[in-house]
Amino acid sequence: MSKKVPQEQYEKTFSYKFKQWLDGTKDPFLDTVEMKRQKPFCEEAGKAERRKQDRERIVRRVYDLEKNAELRIFQRIYRVLAVAFCVFLVVMLLLAVSWLPTFGEADKPVNNEVSARYIENGLQETGAVNIVTGMILDYRAFDTLGESHVLFIATCTVLILLRLDRKEDQETYGANDRLHEPKNDVILQTAAKILVPPIFIFGIYVILAGHLGPGGGFSGGAVIGAGLILYLNAFGFAKTERFFTARTYRRMSFCALACYSLAKSYSFYTGANHIESIIPLGTPGAILSSGLILILNICVGVVVAGTMYTFYVMFRKGGY
Amino acid sequence: MDFVQNFPFISIILSLFSGPLSSVLSGKWAKRVNTAVIVVIGFLSAATLGFVISTGQAYVYTMGHFPAPWGNEIRVGVLEAAMALFFCVIMFLSMLGGIREREEQIEESKQNLYYVMVDLLLCSLLALVYTNDLFTAYVFVEINTISACGLIMIRQNGRTIEAATRYMIMSLLGSGLLLLGICFLYDLTGHLLMSNIKEQVGILAATGSYHIPLVVALGLMSVGLAIKSALYPFHAWLPDAYGYSTLSSAAILSSLVSKGYIFLLIKIFYRVIGFEIVKESKVIHVLFVFGIIGMIMGSVSAIKEDDIRRMIAFSSVAQIGYIYMGFGLGTAEGVIASIYHVVSHSATKSLLFVAASGLTDASGKSPRYRDLTGAAYRNRLAGVAFTVGSLSMVGMPIFSGFISKLLFARAAIGHHYKMLPTLIALAISVVLNAVYFMKTVIRIYTPVPADMEIAAGRTVPAGEQPAKSAALVCFIVLNLLLGLSSEPIINLIRSGLEMFG
Repeated sequence: MSKKVPQEQYEKTFSYKFKQWLDGTKDPFLDTVEMKRQKPFCEEAGKAERRKQDRERIVRRVYDLEKNAELRIFQRIYRVLAVAFCVFLVVMLLLAVSWLPTFGEADKPVNNEVSARYIENGLQETGAVNIVTGMILDYRAFDTLGESHVLFIATCTVLILLRLDRKEDQETYGANDRLHEPKNDVILQTAAKILVPPIFIFGIYVILAGHLGPGGGFSGGAVIGAGLILYLNAFGFAKTERFFTARTYRRMSFCALACYSLAKSYSFYTGANHIESIIPLGTPGAILSSGLILILNICVGVVVAGTMYTFYVMFRKGGY
Repeated sequence: MDFVQNFPFISIILSLFSGPLSSVLSGKWAKRVNTAVIVVIGFLSAATLGFVISTGQAYVYTMGHFPAPWGNEIRVGVLEAAMALFFCVIMFLSMLGGIREREEQIEESKQNLYYVMVDLLLCSLLALVYTNDLFTAYVFVEINTISACGLIMIRQNGRTIEAATRYMIMSLLGSGLLLLGICFLYDLTGHLLMSNIKEQVGILAATGSYHIPLVVALGLMSVGLAIKSALYPFHAWLPDAYGYSTLSSAAILSSLVSKGYIFLLIKIFYRVIGFEIVKESKVIHVLFVFGIIGMIMGSVSAIKEDDIRRMIAFSSVAQIGYIYMGFGLGTAEGVIASIYHVVSHSATKSLLFVAASGLTDASGKSPRYRDLTGAAYRNRLAGVAFTVGSLSMVGMPIFSGFISKLLFARAAIGHHYKMLPTLIALAISVVLNAVYFMKTVIRIYTPVPADMEIAAGRTVPAGEQPAKSAALVCFIVLNLLLGLSSEPIINLIRSGLEMFG
């Protein structure tokens, strides 16, 4: 037995609004969210014509195909040779792989004293429960030191290529970075509000637990970087620049890499000179354990998060 | 353990640390840090070299508390220390010679990033020279590749962006092949440390098992590094990259980046596979053939060039051909000749780039031949330096190029079927070198005819750019030194190579 509700009162209820939305008679987001339909890509007639002319001019002037017989012949055989080369490479590699030791065989050369010691003594020697972390940050820390600098130098190269340093460029492109997407999207902002804090916490967890279980600086840093990018997309540069600018990134990555270099220099130096290291390994399984690995994981995480965020910002706006 | 033995490790860490440091400094301070780092590392390497010569044997330095094969290690011998010292000297002079160009061609706010690239490039070269671990070598090859891309495109115009793209595509193909080769070797031997791989490869070769994948691994690594060091059919990236980048970048790329990869290849031949096994495989014949084709085709392309910097760049293709031909001979003498040529070519090529920029300074920045007429009278020091470099490239006695050609010829004599092709290729290549280098020298020493107007041609006194003049003088001295007292250097290379095995 249901009570009959007057029409006015019914129109205020959630179910009525939901029904309206379902029928398509009213869109609750219509005036609150900025909506812009993406324009279909169409090229102006003159522009297409000019592009065509440019291409013809390149062929005519730069390559000068009519007179340049060498290049003409080269262009003709180039495609055939490229395909032939790829086929050759693929076939050769497949054949060579078929001659390699069988996967999973017990007496494979890879199953030797190197991996045996990593597996058997990894826990005692590095203090890390996760032996992969123990390998990359303690046994073979020099490689990982190089690898984190690969990330750093990759960011620097992207900065060279994409950072807009001239004032007028910054004004033209910097202000227009939302030309093709809506501002203040409620759906995105709500989702970001809910998602970003757990993402950050999860990222920090993955970094801090790198020596205890699956995880580490590279993966945790990537998670935090993704969270930063989501936050930026939802709330725009005005909000992120309050706590994260290019200067923050530079100082952060410098501190992290310097810390990494110094910490590892200490352990390389003491190791090579047979001096006992004063860094305790701690109880395996505790959060403060496994010597330098925790600190190194944090350093790597900072560099990776900053690198991901900077890549995104550079491709989107060319500076921050 | 002597304290000197820490120096290679300190040099690597110092240059690695100075990269991030430069990114937070201003361009001016980054430059000072960079100069200081290069000089300090030069002295450290010299001390290391002295130490290794006095003890007469190589030593390994464990990076961390775990001995090899569990941890990383670096290995220091005479050849490694000498190469590190030499790379520092060339890098210092190249940076010195290109100060003005860097200021003009790189945006003010990006100056410090240039030094980040140079610092990390130096670090990667040192690590490639010293490392005793194949995977460490690969990691630093990555740093080397990325920083070289940055060095090319930091002078931002369409040409350099295109050149950097080409360089990146070719170079990544090379890195990929190298990585595949390392994976194959790891699967066959279960080690990444060079000495252990060599031991295992020796056993595999003796029993004859896994012959095919072993040859494929060797081939992949050789081809990968050949692509990265611009051996003839893979040289398409080279002329633009050297021709349009800023002066210091061109000098560093031509004389250090490609040489670092060649040194790594020598290490792989001697310390990873074992030269006897390399000799038995057919890979060195391939390197020999492409080396010889490169010697001739590089020079032919250089003759056709109208732009002086691109001409010097194409000449690099020919010189890289010489080096691979030396490997292809498959004798210790051939490899010694190649290493000497690495040294001599590095010293000469950076000299030529700096001298050519001195000549174009006096000709309104135009690199065209027509505008260079009489340039040696307008900038006398650059003219002399360019002549010295050209004569060295052609192989005139008293200059370094002569010694390396002599060593190549001597190494080829007595080889039962490679002697004739080597000598003929050397002869043709010398004539071709003479054609384009002497053509240029004659052009710059021809007085400007009365009816010809050089746009913006002006006289450049040696004091106008003291840094560049100083670099040129040092380069000339270095070249004469290499040419006149080659015996100790050859002995050094020979003893270093013996320590390698």
